[in-house]
Amino acid sequence: MFEKEVAGIELSAELNQFISEWKEKPGNLIMILHRVQEEYGYIPREVALELSRILDVPLAKIYGVVTFYHFFKLTKPGKHIIQVCMGTACYLKGGADLIRDLERLLGLPVNGTTDDGEFSLEAVRCIGCCGLAPVMTVDGEVFGKIKSDQLPGVIAKYKGN
Amino acid sequence: MAYRSYILVCGGTGCESSHADKIYQNLKNEIEANKLSEQVQVIKTGCFGFCEQGPIVKILPENTFYVQVKPEDAKELVDEHIIKGRPVERLIYSASDDKNRKSVIAEEKDISFYQKQYRIVLRNCGMIDPEVIEEYIARDGYAALEKVLFDMKPEQVIDELKKAGIRGRGGAGFPTWMKWNFTKGATNSETKYVVCNADEGDPGAYMDRSTLEGDPHSVLEAMTIAGYTVGAQKGFIYIRAEYPLAISRLKIAIQQAKDMGLLGDNILGTDFSFDIEIRLGAGAFVCGEETALLASIEGKRGMPIPRPPFPATHGLWKKPTVINNVETYANIPMIILKGGDWFASIGTETSKGTKVFALTGKIKNSGLIEVPMGITLREIIYDIGGGIPNGRKFKAAQSGGPSGGVITEEFLDTPIDYENLAKLGSIMGSGGLIVMDEDDCMLDIAKFYLDFTVDESCGKCAPCRIGGKQLYGLLDKISQGNGELDDINKMEDISLAMQRASLCGLGQTAPNPVASTLRYFKDEYLEHITDKKCSAGVCKDLLQFNILKDKCVGCTVCARKCPVNAISGERKQPHEIDQNACIKCGECYEACKFQAITRG
Repeated sequence: MFEKEVAGIELSAELNQFISEWKEKPGNLIMILHRVQEEYGYIPREVALELSRILDVPLAKIYGVVTFYHFFKLTKPGKHIIQVCMGTACYLKGGADLIRDLERLLGLPVNGTTDDGEFSLEAVRCIGCCGLAPVMTVDGEVFGKIKSDQLPGVIAKYKGN
Repeated sequence: MAYRSYILVCGGTGCESSHADKIYQNLKNEIEANKLSEQVQVIKTGCFGFCEQGPIVKILPENTFYVQVKPEDAKELVDEHIIKGRPVERLIYSASDDKNRKSVIAEEKDISFYQKQYRIVLRNCGMIDPEVIEEYIARDGYAALEKVLFDMKPEQVIDELKKAGIRGRGGAGFPTWMKWNFTKGATNSETKYVVCNADEGDPGAYMDRSTLEGDPHSVLEAMTIAGYTVGAQKGFIYIRAEYPLAISRLKIAIQQAKDMGLLGDNILGTDFSFDIEIRLGAGAFVCGEETALLASIEGKRGMPIPRPPFPATHGLWKKPTVINNVETYANIPMIILKGGDWFASIGTETSKGTKVFALTGKIKNSGLIEVPMGITLREIIYDIGGGIPNGRKFKAAQSGGPSGGVITEEFLDTPIDYENLAKLGSIMGSGGLIVMDEDDCMLDIAKFYLDFTVDESCGKCAPCRIGGKQLYGLLDKISQGNGELDDINKMEDISLAMQRASLCGLGQTAPNPVASTLRYFKDEYLEHITDKKCSAGVCKDLLQFNILKDKCVGCTVCARKCPVNAISGERKQPHEIDQNACIKCGECYEACKFQAITRG
């Protein structure tokens, strides 16, 4: 279910502005959810409730949409998001080994977040730079042709920052 | 204004990931520092295609092709090439591997990677700055739209597409003119839509992304032409949220086209008005299926609905909707300008024009290629791709991603077109082409794709939801060494049921990787089942690493490499692997210089 948040969330002026721009357009829900996730990093329950009120859409329907699409998250991700590409080219060149090693290094399962909230680990579909396979990204920065023994160095670069 | 020189820097996602942006900035700074801004223009273009050698920089008019450029090379490029007129030889593609065996290859036309390519869709990628509409216009951009609006009736546009014989590039290969004609003829509503499917979810494929990043206006122009032809007023581009660069370039392109009166109200002063809006996907592979895509644009869960009625008459909000993918659209302006007969002169009897492939996997030159239909796989893999790296042997190529199948060595000389690929048990698909060598286990590949489709099944219909899961379960069981001979029959039965009874293309094609690998690599399945062996060394449960006592010299390299300390032994004494602790990562096998470790 949606992660519990403190009641009575105040939406930022920009978010409110975006919602009012899209409010009357048909098929607006996914675009608005994208904007919410851009702001919070996930879809907090309180914001979903607020959306349900503003757009006059049942919360259950919003929940249905959020859970259907991989892109939307219901829990807060870590400060740094590590994504390992599991597209076919990266898989053939050892993407699964990278995930296994990262799981061990960070002590968390894929799609998990470390206890200190520092790192999240995700397996993602093709990032689109197959020439660099295997590929991983940290906070959007791409690391291509990466080998297992480079992983501790990459993590150290972000830890504590 | 013409410049003395142009420096083109690749701004595709692959090169950007290798700091192409910094290269571009450094080059600009160098040009400014040398007060050459009036004479030399630095341009960030779309993808050149030769991703393996990126980041790529090309300097005109000499046409010098620099590869693997680093940001710190900017100064040397400007000092040497631009100012002194001497090419920087160390950055020129030195093709010791290139088939042509020239020592230094300074121009694209001499590189074997480019020689068999034919660029229609990618005509502007790597040629123009995708963020400047004037550059697109300078290469005949929007001339097709002008021709259509002033000189052609909608029927003539459809006739031209019919003559061209272009078929949908999204995978299924339905004739484009028929789609457009159905929507044009639909009388159930005055409101009609044009939709561009840019939800490229096939793992290992990035053709559409590169087209949109490198030449967004070609798609906008084609959608506007479609709007005029079928009588639509509005277009939607449905694009993956995971493609931020393509989205931002599309937004810029839409705004520029509107500012110039090429989009919006009264286009080019005519009474035709057409607008395009971007809608983001959210990571659901099934949304590449047209009815699911339309549901997603409507803001709903992206679940397919049965066809007929087809979107051509009952599409977005039940209105007549033309829906094509990015590559199909990118062809249209050229067909209008050069004529259907010209387009039809390229390709085979049933498949006209070109096809863009993302050539990846175990191949020397991975990258984005565009080839005429009818080319053979051998030409793609050996002439363009440069063959298999590390002296390994070709095993199979997978086309069509999770919906496709494998093509084996004996069919390397089959001309590639829709029909031939179908006969081989694969499909054209959207253009992912993944090369596999002898180190790849075919059962594992089938499992990889099934894992993907099970995860992506929307769950609406039972054959796909349950069948996929069961199929995956059987593959998993075999890969763990628990397979029985009857499992193969079970897999064949389930595959057939899914193909016949699933609601949409996802479920109908999900068993293809299993069916296709079973057809060509049944031996490998049998080896897993009866011998409990995986000779490619991929299925970890069937693997064991052992140290040969007579070959081990006790150098301790393997023990130090082992991530779980499963290897023990005194210095200069034979070592041993604790099989219970071993995680079968293969680090020791790779590290041993004395071939003292066996895998089997």
